[in-house]
Amino acid sequence: MSTLMAEMAAKAFHLGVPFTAQLDITYRCNERCVHCYLDHDDHGEMTTAEIKDVLKQLADAGVFVLVISGGEIMMRKDIFEIIECARELMFCVKLKTNAMLIGEREAERLRELAVDSVQVSIYSHRPEVHDGITKVQGSLKRSLTAIRFLKSKGLNVKMANVLMTKNAKDHAGVRALAAEIGVEAMLDPTVTPMMDGDRSILSLNVDENALRQVFRDPTLVKNVEAMCAPPPKVDEEALDTRPCSAGNSSCYVSPYGDVYPCVQFPLPSGNVRRQRFIDIWNHSEQLNEVRSIRVRDLPSCSACSNVTTCTRCPGLAYMEGNMRGPSTQDCEKSYARTGIVSVNLQNKRAAAPGLVQIQMQPAFASVATA
Amino acid sequence: MSQKLYVAQNKRVAARILGDEMMVMSGQDSTLFNLNPVAAVIWNAADGLTPLDEIVASRVCAEFDIEPDEALRDAEAFARELAGHGILLISEEPIPRASASQEPR
Repeated sequence: MSTLMAEMAAKAFHLGVPFTAQLDITYRCNERCVHCYLDHDDHGEMTTAEIKDVLKQLADAGVFVLVISGGEIMMRKDIFEIIECARELMFCVKLKTNAMLIGEREAERLRELAVDSVQVSIYSHRPEVHDGITKVQGSLKRSLTAIRFLKSKGLNVKMANVLMTKNAKDHAGVRALAAEIGVEAMLDPTVTPMMDGDRSILSLNVDENALRQVFRDPTLVKNVEAMCAPPPKVDEEALDTRPCSAGNSSCYVSPYGDVYPCVQFPLPSGNVRRQRFIDIWNHSEQLNEVRSIRVRDLPSCSACSNVTTCTRCPGLAYMEGNMRGPSTQDCEKSYARTGIVSVNLQNKRAAAPGLVQIQMQPAFASVATA
Repeated sequence: MSQKLYVAQNKRVAARILGDEMMVMSGQDSTLFNLNPVAAVIWNAADGLTPLDEIVASRVCAEFDIEPDEALRDAEAFARELAGHGILLISEEPIPRASASQEPR
């Protein structure tokens, strides 16, 4: 993020303006990624007219950065009509896609519409691994072909990878592939629970050792020393900060019109089919509760020495059961970076049952004491 | 300025008002600019059909305490600078709306 962009985002945060919004226009998808947090059935997506109305409302509310995502956005036949409307409203439009349905003609149209960036999911440089994750044979080849089309049209393309057990050794290969094509590569080390609360996919998360290696890899982290440094002491100023931009200067709108603080924070806060977006933004009880939370209000985290550099996600905490509670996945990441065990992890360890004692049968006991 | 100068918003940019500032992002290279209130007035009035001197006389000098000659000089310099970044389009002829989408160079 540029310095001025960061300044503007900070100003929006201070003013309570929704600077960034993610609008998922469908949950339907032509891939079935093993780590995906969505239900891909269509439960009544917003129509083109409804989406255009939402876009107008988001623009009026002050949204500048609009992330259009899904599901797979190209599954909607009106995708270009939606993007065209968004660009007429002068949003900075960022797209997230698997790009499988983007050919040369679609890439050219995206260039004409001057979208800011196109983020394409690539999980491995090896077809057997990427296609194994997406469960679609040939998906890597199709996504890479699309990336080359997009790049050839001069679009800003980013490869987005999610680190998981199935591709833990492949992130360097993805980066090499991105460098070869001339696009940026990003790596997200977190698999999140499904939006319906199902946590089974968390088993795909990599272990502590893999996380530790990622945070210490100078090809991934610009300043390893700073990334892994012990956190600064907690002071009053740190305790008075709001923990995240979710609900403060950013929000999420689902294909069904539900408004949440963030895509990773599925706290129902209103629905644009029944209310004006600005009324939800200004008056939603749920969003106002999120905004009222300061770091000092987090019972476990405010006492944790990792708090000043922890990437605690309030949405993951909410999905763990308490939006003021810790996000254990972020505790684990903090531990991998700083080596300091969080208060939450200490409490979990203390509460864990002791080792099961093996009671010897009398016959064996006599042998053991012999 | 001997010739009339027309200015139009390049429709390839992203733009939004945040508080008292106008943010404009170049469609060429995603560079972000924030415009001061005077520049924002010119940006908002840049319809491609109203000459810059009229914008300065009717909008800028009406809203701000600025000498007309100095304001016009500054406005022209500002318009040419933003045109260099692909934010504004400038022409000695009126710019129809359909043309206000300059491709990246």
